[in-house]
Amino acid sequence: MADIVLDKVSKKFPDGTTAVRDVDLEIADGEFVILVGPSGCGKSTTLNMIAGLEDISSGELRIGGQRVNDKAPRDRDIAMVFQSYALYPNMTVRENMAFPLRLAKMDRATIDQKVDEAAKVLELTSLLDRKPANLSGGQRQRVAMGRAIVRQPKAFLMDEPLSNLDAKLRVQMRTVVSRLQKQLGTTTVYVTHDQTEAMTLGDRVVIMRGGAIQQVGPPQELYDHPNNLFVAGFIGSPSMNFLPATVEEGRLRTALGDLPIGDRIRRELEGADAPRELILGIRPEHFEDAELVDEQTRDRGMEFTAPVDIVESMGSDKYVYLTVEGGRATAAELEELAADAGAADFAGAGSNLVTRLSAESTVTEGEDRRVWFNLEKLHLFDPSNGRNLTLHEGRSAGALAG
Amino acid sequence: MADTTARRAKLQWGLLNAVVVVFALIPVLWIMSLSFKTPATLTDGKFIPREWTLDNYRNIFGTDQFVRALINSIGIAMIATVIAVVLGAMAAYAISRLDFPGKRLLIGVSLLIAMFPQVSLVSPLFEIERQLGLFDTWPGLILPYITFALPLAIYTLSAFFKQIPWDLEKAAKMDGATQAQAFRRVIAPLAAPGLFTTAILVFIFCWNDFLFAISLTSTERSRTVPVALSFFTGASQFEDPTGAICAAAVVITVPIILFVLFFQRRIVSGLTSGAVKG
Repeated sequence: MADIVLDKVSKKFPDGTTAVRDVDLEIADGEFVILVGPSGCGKSTTLNMIAGLEDISSGELRIGGQRVNDKAPRDRDIAMVFQSYALYPNMTVRENMAFPLRLAKMDRATIDQKVDEAAKVLELTSLLDRKPANLSGGQRQRVAMGRAIVRQPKAFLMDEPLSNLDAKLRVQMRTVVSRLQKQLGTTTVYVTHDQTEAMTLGDRVVIMRGGAIQQVGPPQELYDHPNNLFVAGFIGSPSMNFLPATVEEGRLRTALGDLPIGDRIRRELEGADAPRELILGIRPEHFEDAELVDEQTRDRGMEFTAPVDIVESMGSDKYVYLTVEGGRATAAELEELAADAGAADFAGAGSNLVTRLSAESTVTEGEDRRVWFNLEKLHLFDPSNGRNLTLHEGRSAGALAG
Repeated sequence: MADTTARRAKLQWGLLNAVVVVFALIPVLWIMSLSFKTPATLTDGKFIPREWTLDNYRNIFGTDQFVRALINSIGIAMIATVIAVVLGAMAAYAISRLDFPGKRLLIGVSLLIAMFPQVSLVSPLFEIERQLGLFDTWPGLILPYITFALPLAIYTLSAFFKQIPWDLEKAAKMDGATQAQAFRRVIAPLAAPGLFTTAILVFIFCWNDFLFAISLTSTERSRTVPVALSFFTGASQFEDPTGAICAAAVVITVPIILFVLFFQRRIVSGLTSGAVKG
């Protein structure tokens, strides 16, 4: 059990690329922290530096208050679960799990007892004498976890441990990981590129981009109060809608109509160097079929009419894709997100708006529909640096806030 | 239609294989047949001996010359194989895993050695070994064998090491193993098929060598079987040693066959399956 502190940790490769830049992170004892970001953001490199599998170029890494920069992985007392599981194929499940204990020169009886205990927790008891080749993906994954927990290390490091499993098993294993971590109370650093895993698993989520931390916080906070365009676009599924917006005569001109701006935002936008062009962000669930909105709620938002492109009924609610006039919002962050999703070269004409409406909505494809949206939940971003302008003292108050 | 084409393809392949096998086996069978013939029927041109005899075998094992050469051959080939495989494994591991200065140079040089015509080295080696007192000794043959077997060993082994997922080594390190422990307990067992394959290749190379063996030896002290064979004469100068030579040739192929059969059982493919998600 120990806390992990990264103090201005950087990683420069010999070819000159900087994979991780000045990462400051304090992970408390027993905390479950998720490192998340698109591929190439430096999350795995960061994890490998904590593990000791990569050298730290500059900065300091402390585990349990002790500087471990120059310690070999074996002297750091941390266990790691790999994406590929990395089970020793020449050993049985029992031998795999006993391997770290045998290296630690424990006596046979203790080893057997510890392996049996770990096997029981992970329901592997009946598989102990099998070789990894005769196990299913999920079972191999559990053996890999068993090997990590068996010696009760100071911390667990997990490098995308679930990404090789099929979708259904992944959801199942997610709860297993979560329960196990709570049960053992061991400090855990978990790397993933899947924002759903990040949202559901961690106490705190660290979002990384280009080797730097974008924002650190509990999942809900990142969702509600994103620091910048990147975090806003990365967290949430379906992701936030982004529309270009222009400031004109104290109002915000957008494809959804002219929106009023609150006093605080107005003051901020009055500065000489303030941007004229902004990006408006709205999450899909902050739209609603105008017919289903009661009077009281109606006042908190605005309505617009747009042609319905596609309706996807999810049972619990409906995902409705609307076509709106005007171009799409452009910013470096958004392009990067699109590239990560593999959709960089796949863009229809005009802007598509994803909305999540109640299941009761009678919306049909092809019609023009009146849709309401919540003004209090709007985000405004500066396209030049991605900063969230609606954030005030770390809270998002919407564009209307005074 | 498709069925008949498939059958025809099978037939053609079968025929081709049969030709290759017959082509390779007939000389071997011919030698075996000669080794069982009596001197009188040796040149009768019959494939199956009319008179069977074991005299040839009795004769070669009766001479000190052959037995001694056999011991030399086995000893020299085994020692050279073990050393070449151990050194080769370490070098191949470094090449496949580590990035060190001069890596490309090392690979280049070892390739160079493999390509160097051995004949051109015989006289310099002869001079060097005479100066060093290595001429006509076991080390005098073992050393050049290792030199020429190493490039082969390094090449085969690094191909095998590259197939082993690197994650396994990282996992071993995280589990508390030192670099040496990770290699010995995780990597080496998985590279076993590669080690055995290399061992067989190196052993056959050493076993079959004639050039070095005849140039760098002069007495029974270190003469290997291929050379000893060439020195075979009959009991008198009027006796034809062909039968004895054939018997000896049959005898020296036996260790190779045993060696391959023994290690073949260990060359099981798919030893790493289940290690990582395939």
